[in-house]
Amino acid sequence: MHIVVCIKQVPESTDITINPETNTLVREGVASIINPYDMYAIEEALRIKEKAGGKVTVITMGPPQAESALREALSMGCDEAVLISDRAFAGSDTWATSYTLAMAIKKLDNYDIIICGKQAMDGDTAQVGPGIAVQLDIAQVTFIRKIDKIDEKAALVERMTEEGYERIEVPLPCLFTVVKEINEPRLPSLKGKMKARKAEVISWNSQDIGADPERIGLKGSPTQVIKIFTPPPRKGGEMIQGDTEEVVDKLTNILKDIVAGC
Amino acid sequence: MTFLMSSIKCSLIMDYQLNEQQIMIRDLARQIAQEKIRPKAAEYDEQEKFPWDIMEVLAQSDLFGVYIDEKYGGSGGGVMELAIATEELSKACGGIAVCFAASALGTYPIILFGSEEQKQKYLPDLASGKKIAAFALTEASAGSDASNVQTTARKEGDHYVLNGTKQWITNGGEAQVYTVVAMTDKSKGARGASTFIVEKDTPGFTFGKKEKKLGIRASATRELVFTDCKVPKENLIGREGMGFIVAMKTFDSSRPGVAAQAVGIAQGALDLAVDYARQRVQFGKSISSFQGVQFMLADMATQIEASRTLVYAACRHVDSGAKNVAKESSMAKLFASDVAMKVTTDCVQIFGGYGYMRDYPIEKYMRDAKITQIYEGTNQIQRDVIAHHIIRESIAKNRK
Repeated sequence: MHIVVCIKQVPESTDITINPETNTLVREGVASIINPYDMYAIEEALRIKEKAGGKVTVITMGPPQAESALREALSMGCDEAVLISDRAFAGSDTWATSYTLAMAIKKLDNYDIIICGKQAMDGDTAQVGPGIAVQLDIAQVTFIRKIDKIDEKAALVERMTEEGYERIEVPLPCLFTVVKEINEPRLPSLKGKMKARKAEVISWNSQDIGADPERIGLKGSPTQVIKIFTPPPRKGGEMIQGDTEEVVDKLTNILKDIVAGC
Repeated sequence: MTFLMSSIKCSLIMDYQLNEQQIMIRDLARQIAQEKIRPKAAEYDEQEKFPWDIMEVLAQSDLFGVYIDEKYGGSGGGVMELAIATEELSKACGGIAVCFAASALGTYPIILFGSEEQKQKYLPDLASGKKIAAFALTEASAGSDASNVQTTARKEGDHYVLNGTKQWITNGGEAQVYTVVAMTDKSKGARGASTFIVEKDTPGFTFGKKEKKLGIRASATRELVFTDCKVPKENLIGREGMGFIVAMKTFDSSRPGVAAQAVGIAQGALDLAVDYARQRVQFGKSISSFQGVQFMLADMATQIEASRTLVYAACRHVDSGAKNVAKESSMAKLFASDVAMKVTTDCVQIFGGYGYMRDYPIEKYMRDAKITQIYEGTNQIQRDVIAHHIIRESIAKNRK
């Protein structure tokens, strides 16, 4: 079984600040970590490997310093690490990122499962995982909280929904995104850390993965960030009081006004 | 309690020229302390429960093997590596840290004096943390006067038969491997003692009273009872009569570990006290702006740094293979534990009334610190050892 885990390096703090002029995160002085949701993805991949055998490849797209995130994944027990890094990737939105990761995954050995965290805690879009599945044209199940069964051909999983959960059987290869209920990530081991320090991290640029220059970076990104701002605080609601008839009357009038205004 | 959150960021310490592997050990132990131990320290203290789940985490992280040879599955470090790990764990909980460190104490007799067969049989499981160890010397009437051991080991054919009761044994009842000092020849006094490896579940080996303690309450402290307990003769460590040499050399290697525990407890307490002092407002100002508090913080930080320096120096001295290390090892244990007691007492003072309340984490540090002045030789015994060595060195010098 070959399991591919896609991870992202993110700033450690949750109360990061935004530079109002450039609309980008202020990264100075903030330590970088593996996106916490991706830690669950790594843990689940390692558990599958421990049960079914095979290998885990961890992959990230990012600047050269993202290599440290890959080494941390290696120290937890992942077997191979790939860094996809190129100036040409700068400004990628979730679509261009999914395309880039998908191109890199295509270059890897045959994969059975791709696992991503449900979302990154800096961007919070939850779009890259599903985007990769679409680009690769494989099945996807998002927000997985449990893998019941897995073999060479199919997996039986539980998917979290707002009302409860769905039980889904899905053919492999497929892509999963996982939620934090799925497991408790292990800590790295000393021997793992020592091994990871010496391990080779494969580095690929846009040409290595055969990416179409029109589909990567800013050029390949349909999303344009016009402005980032803090929305004004909401005004307090209005309580309608009185007996039933009165209340219904007032409410209908308010609704009529709204409809008329549309 | 926001001050608890901010204390997660560890204080910056001086560059002690740790090598890459030592830094990895420090960072890993720190991460375990912050993520796994700190949230549970109060619960384990309150319930006096042995922290098996944390022991499992330490095992998976390979920390039980940091002082054990690579040949037996460890990572090949020494006393220094053990001290670094113990210090970090102690910052979050001195009780849980001693469960870890006491396993090393029980393992050292095998490392220092064990036969190749004994090493191959026991060290790999102790290095991986699959098993933990305990060291058993103390008895009701053999504390500081360790030569007064009453437990006997009588040779009968292929076995030794052990009889007697050991007291206050750290990891007692929980550990799977025990190194036990017993008298093989009482007529020879201290030279009639021997050390044995006794496995849990050996017939005739049972556990007595579990102690209720002032501090380090996550750790198990228990009686070991030997009633005609047959131990194979292959389990004798070294030779008959070497029991006290084994014990004393073991302490030479383990005392820096206790010293490191004391440094960790003191540093953990100070980190909390600094955060608290910055946040506590009285007379319209944070109390950290008052010179009375500032001087206390300055003194504590200085004392901790001095004790860390001495502890690391002692560790390196032991690891260098020097022949006589008892003096330095005792100095580190003595100084660091006295500092820990003083610092934790002052940290409670900084917290004021809140410091006296069990809802706050600081009083536990003071309770945990006290034992470091008592066990592995009381600080009075340490002074005895140090003085003895200084005088002997002086006599030797004058003879030349």
